[in-house]
Parts: sequence; C-alpha cells; structure tokens
Amino acid sequence: MAARSLRRGHPLSRAVGVSVPAGAPPATSQVLPTIRKPAGGGKRDQLGSLLFLAPAAIWLLAITIYPVIATFRNSLYDENAASYVGLSNYKAIFSTASILVNFRNNVIWVVIFPFVVTFLGLVFAVLTERIRWSTAFKTIIFMPIVFSATASALIWRTIFDLDPHIGMVNAAVQTVSDWVNPPGLYPVNVSAGQTAAALASTGLSPGPSGSLQSSSTAAAGDTVQLGLIGISATTLQVVGAQTAIVPTPSSGAISGLVYRDFSPSNPTVRGQVFPDEVGLPGLRLTLLRGDGTSVTSTATDQHGDFRFDNVGSGSFRVQIDAKNFGSGFTGIFWLGSQSVTPTSHLSQTAQALLSVPLVDLAMIVAYLWMWAGFAMVVIGAGLTSLNRELLEAGRVDGATEGQIFRRITMPLLSPVLVVVLVTMIINVLKIFDIILNMAPGSSQGDASTLALAMFNDGFTGGIHSGLSSALAVILFLLVIPAMISNLRRIRG
Amino acid sequence: MSAVQTAVAPAARGTQRRPFRFRPSRAVLDIVLAVVAIFWLVPTIGLTIISLRPERLFQQSGWWTALTAPAQLTLQNYSTLFSQGLVPGGVLDSLTTSIAITVPATLLVAIISSLAAYSLVFGRWRGRDVVFLAVVALLVVPLQVALIPVVQMFKVFGSLSGFNPYGTLLGVVIFHVAFGLPFGIFLMRNFLSGIPTELMEAGRIDGAGQWTLFQRVVMPLSLPAAMSLAIFQFIWVWNDLLIALVFLGGNPHHPLTIFLYDQTRTLAANYWVISTGAMISILIPLIVFFSLQRYFVQGVLAGAVK
Repeated sequence: MAARSLRRGHPLSRAVGVSVPAGAPPATSQVLPTIRKPAGGGKRDQLGSLLFLAPAAIWLLAITIYPVIATFRNSLYDENAASYVGLSNYKAIFSTASILVNFRNNVIWVVIFPFVVTFLGLVFAVLTERIRWSTAFKTIIFMPIVFSATASALIWRTIFDLDPHIGMVNAAVQTVSDWVNPPGLYPVNVSAGQTAAALASTGLSPGPSGSLQSSSTAAAGDTVQLGLIGISATTLQVVGAQTAIVPTPSSGAISGLVYRDFSPSNPTVRGQVFPDEVGLPGLRLTLLRGDGTSVTSTATDQHGDFRFDNVGSGSFRVQIDAKNFGSGFTGIFWLGSQSVTPTSHLSQTAQALLSVPLVDLAMIVAYLWMWAGFAMVVIGAGLTSLNRELLEAGRVDGATEGQIFRRITMPLLSPVLVVVLVTMIINVLKIFDIILNMAPGSSQGDASTLALAMFNDGFTGGIHSGLSSALAVILFLLVIPAMISNLRRIRG
Repeated sequence: MSAVQTAVAPAARGTQRRPFRFRPSRAVLDIVLAVVAIFWLVPTIGLTIISLRPERLFQQSGWWTALTAPAQLTLQNYSTLFSQGLVPGGVLDSLTTSIAITVPATLLVAIISSLAAYSLVFGRWRGRDVVFLAVVALLVVPLQVALIPVVQMFKVFGSLSGFNPYGTLLGVVIFHVAFGLPFGIFLMRNFLSGIPTELMEAGRIDGAGQWTLFQRVVMPLSLPAAMSLAIFQFIWVWNDLLIALVFLGGNPHHPLTIFLYDQTRTLAANYWVISTGAMISILIPLIVFFSLQRYFVQGVLAGAVK
C-alpha cells in the first residue's frame, strides 16, 4: 500500500481531491491562475517552513537517530559502556548456545508466521467477497488486532493449559482420547507420581505391565483376600462401593474379596477386614496358571466379591488387570519446550539449533488469531481496487475461475501480498510481549527471541549495555532489507 | 473506503450461469466461514466468561461448562477489583496510568506529525524528499535499538537539570512520541499531498501566512487522516508493554499491560484477577474499535509498513 499510495496518491488523498471543491470556502473554489513562486523562495518563508518541521526533527534526532548511533558504539564496549572490547560481544552471541536458541526461534517465526498469516488473509479476503454477511465476518476476524499482545497471550495461555479442566484444547483432546481409550475405574494419579504398585496393601505384589497379582497361589476351594490402599473417596463414590463381605469358600471354585484396606476406626491396622471397610466393585480380574497363562476372567461385585468356578486342579494366582488403573488422558503440555522435530540423536548444539519447541507453535497459533484480520483487510482492500475489466475480459475469453485467479488476480495482487509479507516479517522479527507472557517459566528460555533476550540481558538487575546493544544492532541489521525494499517502492 | 464494510464484489456475479463453477456453493461457504468465525470468537468469549465466574470454579471445570449453567456468572470479580480503589498496583490506578500515558502520547504525535507533514508538502526549502525518505527509513527501525541510550540520556539530563525523566510517565511519553512520529509523518504527508496546490496558492495570494494556512486550510481538511493516525497511535501506546517496562523503572504506578504482566507470575492463584484485568484492558480499545472502525481501518491500511 505504501508504494502505491505515494505514486498514485493515497486512497485518502484521492478522496480528498474529490471532496475539497465541495467543502472548501467559496473564494478558493474559483479557477485560479497557478502562480508558483520559485522553490526555495523568500528567506523568511523558508525559515517559517522549517519551524513547522523543527519539533519532529529535534525529537527524532534526539530520541531515535542519535540513540541508534550510540547503540552501535555501545555494542563495541563493555556492559557499563566504559571500556572498548572490540567485537567480543558479537563473538559471545554467536558462541553461546542459549543465545543461538533465540536466533533459532526468530527463524522459526519468520519462516512460518508471515507466510501462513498472508495465506489465511488471502483465503479470508477472497471467500468473504462471496458471502452476504461479509461485514460481520470481517469484524469478527479483525477485532483481536486491538487487543494487546499481553492480553491475547493470557487468553491463549488458558486455552492451551495442561489441565483438561482449564485448557480447552486439552479438554477436546481428552474427549477424543477417552472415547478411543477409556480410563479405568480406579485411575492412578500419574501427575502425582502414583503407580499401580503403590496401591498394593495386602496379599498383592506388582505384576507385569502395571497389573497386580496375588502374592501366594490358591487352589480350588480357597478364598483370597486382596487389599488395596490409596483409593480416593471420590473414586469410591463414583463406583458405588459398599461394605466389604468376606465370601464363604465353595468347593471347586476360587472365591475372594478385593477391599479397601483402610478402616477409619482402626487406621493403622492392615490385612484385616473390618466392618467399616468397603469392597471395591467393578475391578477386572484374570485367573492365571502357575506359568502365567490366563484361564478365565471376571469382575468384582458391589461388595468387592468374586468367584472363579470349576477351576480344576493346580495352583493359580489372581491378577487385578492393569486397565483398572489406567489414568486415561492427562493433558499435553502445549506450552512446553519438547521438540516436534526428532533431534535426540544429535549433539547438544545441533539439538539447540534444530529442535522446534511445541510452545513456539502454540504461540504462532495465538499470533495468527491476532493478525489474520490485518492481512485480510489489507488484501481485501487490494482485491476491491483490482481492475475488474481485466477479470471480465478473462471471463469473456472463456477462462475458468481457477485460471482467472491464478493468471490475473494473483499477479495483480502480488504487490499487496508482498507488502503484507514484509510487514509481518518486520513484526515477528521484533516479537516480544507474546513470548514474555505466554511461555511459562519452564519453557521461556527455549521460546525466547532476540528482542526478548535483548530486554532480559539489558534490563535485568540494572542496565547492562554491551551484549544487549550488540543484540539490538543485529535486530537493526535484520530489518535493513525491509527498509531498503520500502525505500525502493516509495522512490518508484 | 472502509475495507471492512466492502460490499459483495462484482466478481461474485456473472459466473452464476457457468456450467463448470470453480467456487463451492454459497451454502457450503456460509457454513465454513461460520465455523471459522466461531473459532475466532471463542477466545474472547472464553475470557469474558472466565472473568464472570467465581474464582473457585476456575480449577474445577472449564469455562465452557458455564454455557449450560449461566446462573453461576457474577460480577463479583469486577466489584472486588474496583473496590481496591486507586492503590498503586491496583487495576483502577493502572487504568488511570494507561490513560495518563496514552492521551498525551497520542495528541503530541498527531500535532507534531501534522506540522512536519505540512512542512514536507508545502514547505519552501530544499531537501524535502531526502528528509521524507529518512522518515520512511525510520518507519521500520526496531525501538530496541534506542532503549539503552535513551535511558542513559535521561540520566545525564537528570544530573544536569535535576529532573530525570527515567522512571516517570513523561519519560515513557517522550519515547512513545519518538517512535510514533515516523508513521504519523508518513501518513499525514501522504494525505496532505492530495490537497490541491491551487488551494494553498489561493490562500497565499489572499495574504495568508503559513500558520494561517495550516490552521484554516490544512487542519480542517486533514482531520479524517489525523483521526486515523490518532486512533492507530492510541491503540499502539495503550497496548505497549516493553517501553513501559523499561522506562517506568521503580515507579509504583503501572499501566494495565504491566498490571497483567505482574499477575502472570502467579497465574494459577490469581487467575480471576488476570482475566478480569484483561477484560478491563481490552474494553477501551474495543470501544474505540467499534465506534471508529472506519478510521481505524484507514490507519491500518496506511500503516501496512510499521
């Protein structure tokens, strides 16, 4: 937009060119001879004009231009800007793995974000031209642009929260995951480090892959008492546990009881079934032979009782299956620093440079939400100013809609797309507040960018000038191509 | 003019009778875009509901459960936050601090940019084009480059004059104005160059001085552009975190962005403060956005380089 606005007149200035005669005072609406004074006319006039420029000039010289020069100088000095250290600040930047991570993150942002946001903006701009409620749609998509990155980061931090009770994304994943792979009736609390083995109290030992097995063998006619501990009151309420009843032995069968081995009246006694203890219903059990092969399976009833009939001769063990304790989906740490690219076989430095932490992608999603409306509005303005005659000509000549889009619309639109792309590249090179607010402390270092590193290094615990200035200089050098491209377009 | 309010483009017509249409039917498009629109609204709706739910429910169940039980919603969080009054670090104090920074920074940029743009377009001195190109170059300069030297300058100024702008709202405003000017001059200059020279010449012949021309001709005509600039600048300053963090130093008065940033350190414990504070912080930009959307869009279109 910048380029064309200067060469062909800004859309606003064009509007004014039309509206001026109508709104202007009568005296000036007459046709007047254009008597131009030579450029650089009277000295007094010239001085007056410069006075109009003076406040801006002084402000920019003092608070922008001089500081840029000073920062170049500071980058060659130590952290107190006192003694000359040559290029050692720059050497430190390019040899410190934790700072190189910032470059990697800037690269991830620049490679992914500007292109995706421009693509989204293009798709939205093209599609909204064909719906009746386009104003409403554009307003909805555009609205987040007025939110601060700080507020947006906080919104998205909750959306990506680890806990499915808080984070919407994990709640959605949990719904699907529990449907495919339902959790057990007695889920262990994985995040608290609980395992099925820790639940064994009486007559049980850990079996293979998270199951529990009776410690001693049993034969037909025996009763087995298996006590579990660490079952929460909530779980008991959910499964509807009732008073534990020790079953009577029956011939030819192995019968038994699984109960919660905790009595409120005798809180320290284990291995004994008290009247105030409850049986554990709904547990899936498997009867195993001595060699570990399974014979049959059953489940406990409301009182925790079970019975394997007609087991025949031999000795058996009772197994409480692992799936009883399956905790189901507990949340993906979207804001964590685990990499989405496999790098574990690489050296430490290579890992630091080639991994793409999940938190970067989560933040890119949040930033897309903020900026897609901008891309859509700018590209949409480009679309409306397209030369419709060319499109019509294409249709008359029998081109398909696809051909028209690719061969006519896209080439005409490409200057606008470039402007959006360049604007977004500059934007993400300087990205700062979304990372500071969205990445939790544990992954902040892995998500940090140059601008954030510059801030952290320069302004944590007093002002430290050297390394921070060198980072600022690098940031400045990175935007120079964009600066040149803007200048080229504007000079035409 | 307003891109957001653009009606259905003529391109959509004319091909309806074609046997091989590339585009999906309108109903499918409506559904797809409705889903996109809902996705885009969800974060804002979520924040609104969280700010209206009692704190204890936050850990228990997701905000979306409130959609089926709207009775649990309450304004308690807001009244608790506001009842703190104007204590430093409280939300009301932050609200007034944000206003105290944003209003002067916006007005100064609008006024100084208009003056400079007038000089760049109608001024009678050599080198106007070079100066304008310098302004264009400054458009993309990352403000990080200026932070440390300006802090140092403020301190030097303080030791000479006895007033150190570092740590004061004035220091924040001074820095904001410097980095708002290039865009302001750029926008205003583009607008003013659309004013016919004849209009100015007429004024000159009638004997008007430069100040009169600026006041009587240029200012009234450029009001819409100045409006776009002011809104753009307002939202930019309102949403800033970095400049305030650097220049406010130990000042007990924080703008809303710092208020929120401070609360994130204790996210789980203070979530009701964070979401309610975030709602308060986006309220004024939203009012500006919905009431002056046309001007804002024009500012965004003009500023596709910042």
